Amino acid sequence: MNVRKSLLFALALVAVLALLAACAAPAAAPQEASSGEAEAGGGEAVTVKVLAMQQAGYTPDEMDEIASRFTADNPGIDVEVSYLSYDELYDKLVTSMSGSKPAYDVFLVDDIWYAQFASAGWLLDVTDRIPAEVHDSIFDAAWDITTVDGKIYGMPWMLDQEMFFYNTEMLEAAGYAAPPTTWEEMEEMGLKMKEMGLVEYPIIWSWAQAEASITDFVALLYGNGGEFFDENNQPAFNNERGVQTLAWMVDSIEKGVTNPSSIASVEEDVRSVFSQGNAAFAMNWSYMYELAQFNEEESQVTGKVGLALMPVFEQGKAEGIVSSTIDGSMGFSVAANSDHVDAAWGYLEFLTSEPIQMEFSAHLPPAWKTAYEGENLQKLLSENKSNEVLVPVFTEQFKYSHVRPKVTYYTEASTTLQLALQEALGGSKTPEEALNDAAAAIQEMAQ
Amino acid sequence: MQSSAHPQMKRKRSMSQQRRDTWVAWGLVLPSALVIGGVILYPIVRTLILSTYDYSLIRPGQEQFIGLGNYLEFLSDSMFWQTIKRTAYFTVISVGLELVLGIAVAMLIDAHPPGWRFLRFSLIIPWAVPTIVNGTMWRWIYNADYGALNGLLLQLGLIDSYIPWLIKPWRAMNLVIWADVWHTLPFAALIIQAALAGIPGEYHEAAAIDGANAWRRFWNITLPLLRPAILVVLVIRTVEAFRVFDIIFVITRGGPAFGTVTISYLTYLETFRNMSIGSGAALSFIVSAFILAIAIVYIRVLYTDDLAES
Amino acid sequence: MPRTKQPMTRVVLFILTLFVLLVIYLPIAWLVISSISTRAELLSTPPHWIPQAPTFENYTNIFFSGPGTPDAARVFKRSMVNSVVVATTVTVISLLLGVPAAYAFSRIRFRGRQAAKLTLLGTRMLPAISIIIPLYMIAARTGLTDTRSVLVVLYLTFTLPFVIWIMASFFETIPMELEDAARIDGASRLTTLWRVILPISGPGLASTIIFAFLLAWDEFFFALIFTSTEASKTVPVAIAEFTGRYAVDYGAMTTGGVLAAVPPVLLALLFQRYIVSGLTAGSVKG
Repeated sequence: MNVRKSLLFALALVAVLALLAACAAPAAAPQEASSGEAEAGGGEAVTVKVLAMQQAGYTPDEMDEIASRFTADNPGIDVEVSYLSYDELYDKLVTSMSGSKPAYDVFLVDDIWYAQFASAGWLLDVTDRIPAEVHDSIFDAAWDITTVDGKIYGMPWMLDQEMFFYNTEMLEAAGYAAPPTTWEEMEEMGLKMKEMGLVEYPIIWSWAQAEASITDFVALLYGNGGEFFDENNQPAFNNERGVQTLAWMVDSIEKGVTNPSSIASVEEDVRSVFSQGNAAFAMNWSYMYELAQFNEEESQVTGKVGLALMPVFEQGKAEGIVSSTIDGSMGFSVAANSDHVDAAWGYLEFLTSEPIQMEFSAHLPPAWKTAYEGENLQKLLSENKSNEVLVPVFTEQFKYSHVRPKVTYYTEASTTLQLALQEALGGSKTPEEALNDAAAAIQEMAQ
Repeated sequence: MQSSAHPQMKRKRSMSQQRRDTWVAWGLVLPSALVIGGVILYPIVRTLILSTYDYSLIRPGQEQFIGLGNYLEFLSDSMFWQTIKRTAYFTVISVGLELVLGIAVAMLIDAHPPGWRFLRFSLIIPWAVPTIVNGTMWRWIYNADYGALNGLLLQLGLIDSYIPWLIKPWRAMNLVIWADVWHTLPFAALIIQAALAGIPGEYHEAAAIDGANAWRRFWNITLPLLRPAILVVLVIRTVEAFRVFDIIFVITRGGPAFGTVTISYLTYLETFRNMSIGSGAALSFIVSAFILAIAIVYIRVLYTDDLAES
Repeated sequence: MPRTKQPMTRVVLFILTLFVLLVIYLPIAWLVISSISTRAELLSTPPHWIPQAPTFENYTNIFFSGPGTPDAARVFKRSMVNSVVVATTVTVISLLLGVPAAYAFSRIRFRGRQAAKLTLLGTRMLPAISIIIPLYMIAARTGLTDTRSVLVVLYLTFTLPFVIWIMASFFETIPMELEDAARIDGASRLTTLWRVILPISGPGLASTIIFAFLLAWDEFFFALIFTSTEASKTVPVAIAEFTGRYAVDYGAMTTGGVLAAVPPVLLALLFQRYIVSGLTAGSVKG
């Protein structure tokens, strides 16, 4: 039998490779630092490569239109946009940015990736490129998205947050005139609806092992007077308020208020259950409103979808908390190692400028405060049926929107906390144990 | 065990002939080896180097040589071993099911019942559905609130109310395994069926005349002759199953409560999500070591080498 | 197993056949039904096994894309072409290079045989995730990203070992006597392979072709990272784009799945007749 020989051979091979490695290692190893080549000289045509997201924000047709207008204004600068879905965007960026020359000059970055990407040195610091009046005209909460340690790494582009939805018909049938303002009220209303046979499980959440569970939990947590991370970026979710919040979540499954399939649901499952009329309440991103309220093909509850400020807990309310939610916005950034930094920034400024954002606001509410005032607001509201209701609630809710911590190890921390939530919801740990374990693990990451 | 059913004709081979054979053999293997090696050698060497560094994309310029540090950290981590256990469970159950069902279906086809041609053709279909769609489809079928599985079971009267299938870790794992088996069973079945078709009928006739019953014929004749095909199915499917990623990403994203996090998924989290390139690299070499070990065991147990120098 | 003649056994075997067909086709039927259902019907409880208002919008979006069709649907047609080109090229090259290698591994006794065979497969034992970044850097430096060629080269690295392993296992089931006869007549190795071995390797070759094709057809992660435009995006990547940030266009995805299954199934049909059973001489089957 030759297996022994094969093993020897394999070992020998590994040894040779290791030797090779030893020779090649020192300089070659990790970082291929770029020398930050100078801008391609004026006059020569450059192409700005853009990576955007499929089916969110502007449509590809709109993006193309904006790009061709930019090229018309700036002869010699072409813009080439490619699209990916959200799930793929991150993996693609990590791979294509880790080389010495980035594959894209301008790309979309999610809120929770900013700290990581900035720390990796992939994002151009644009703090000094933003005029003061631009800075003042865009929501502060929007700047929070693209700002890490006081430096701005991109332009806010797609504003979003978790919102509270309810089924107006069920609420009426149960004899309530207004949506709940506290979670305790929600529970009481829900139990009554359940008793009356209006709905089997009053509320559906996205508590699957995914980032969506963190946004739900943290929105609840702030409404209970708790905190995700403290001002020193230390985990704070495992204090008394945090434990209470998670315990309430577990309890709501046991009481039959929460649909048990929440533990395996992400945003789309929430939308499906709610649009089928199988839930009276739901927490989800703003995209659900138009689809559930107006789209007959997608929804059985058209015309019955109510939007309200996110409730808080009685305890939080007593402390003066009106509402609390989680910010889920995205921004556009320029690659730090791009060969055409100025051209790329020029395009990005144009794409996110107030006139463009106002003109193309049908699919994307602008990040500019000025878009929500006077005439601009009228235009925005009349853009479509959805904006009419969504925009006022959205802007009001945005005042109570919390940004997830800008720490470089956020994704790892999030995975750890996701596990903790799942363990508590599945009953394998108590809420206290689960949260304490997660907090300890996250503290270690910070070292 | 009766080994080789077609004993090699004994020939005297001269030294020069043998040497020429070696040249011919390497000449035949070389093009493939060059293509594979040319593409993959640099990335592998580089990954091997990186696995000895504390290297994170998040902290550029701070990489540090730490020798076997990354490896040791994982090997002493209980989370790692739990993941290995889960991965082993996935591999054993899915490959085992595929092999047993694959042999059964192949034998069924080989018995030529009415409709066997259609069955053989149909085998390809689950496999032709892209993995990413397969995962999405099963996720939808398993859905708690409107999934086809709940709908079907309820209408058949097998359950009283809808069940949220994917909220229990082990159940989720088993359901993911089934989705994978459904998709990949055709591979095992087709390979074995083709091997079965290649067995000359005389072997069975001779055995039948000797009065051996069907089971004995299967055990003593068919199975040993299928050994090369079984080996190849086992090796290839184990290599794939141990590295399973896509279907888990699509159906459960590792949930609930890490119940379906496999070693490849952990590598993905480490390399991409946490950007710890160094420890991700170490993890992938540990994975390969496991797979290599299993492959060697298979070959040891199953490989009857007609050509081996004795 | 020789063909059974007893009627009872035939009935049992037939029932088993029906059962296996049911297991195969139930989910497939659901996939097809989903692709022509509206979302409202997909979400109904109990499920609408037969859609009350079937819609072919997903299909028309892909085949007759106009101004209003989603971009993902527009890309799909191109990606189908890319996938066919890539998968076919990969299959042909892996057979051309892999079959001779498989023959050498299964028929010639030479030094380092076992080790070489295992090493070839060894490249597939490393999770793709860990080597994808260095691979990408090479591709970027050589300007090969977003081309179909880079996918062909990458896919060869895993189709080749598999073709070699599978074909070697088939060659091993072919009795040595057949070959020895030819060799004694003075035929060279390659002539023997071409004249004696290949003609009776039909079932093995046919399954290997389908296998190699599907392996390349189904690959997702490399394609995602290495392609970025219509010039090279493959079907799985195009299908993944039927997903928005939160919203999943399930109907479009299932449509993509149904369409993506067609070429491999056609290929299987084409090769069906080559999967002739058994050896030619003295076989009692067929």
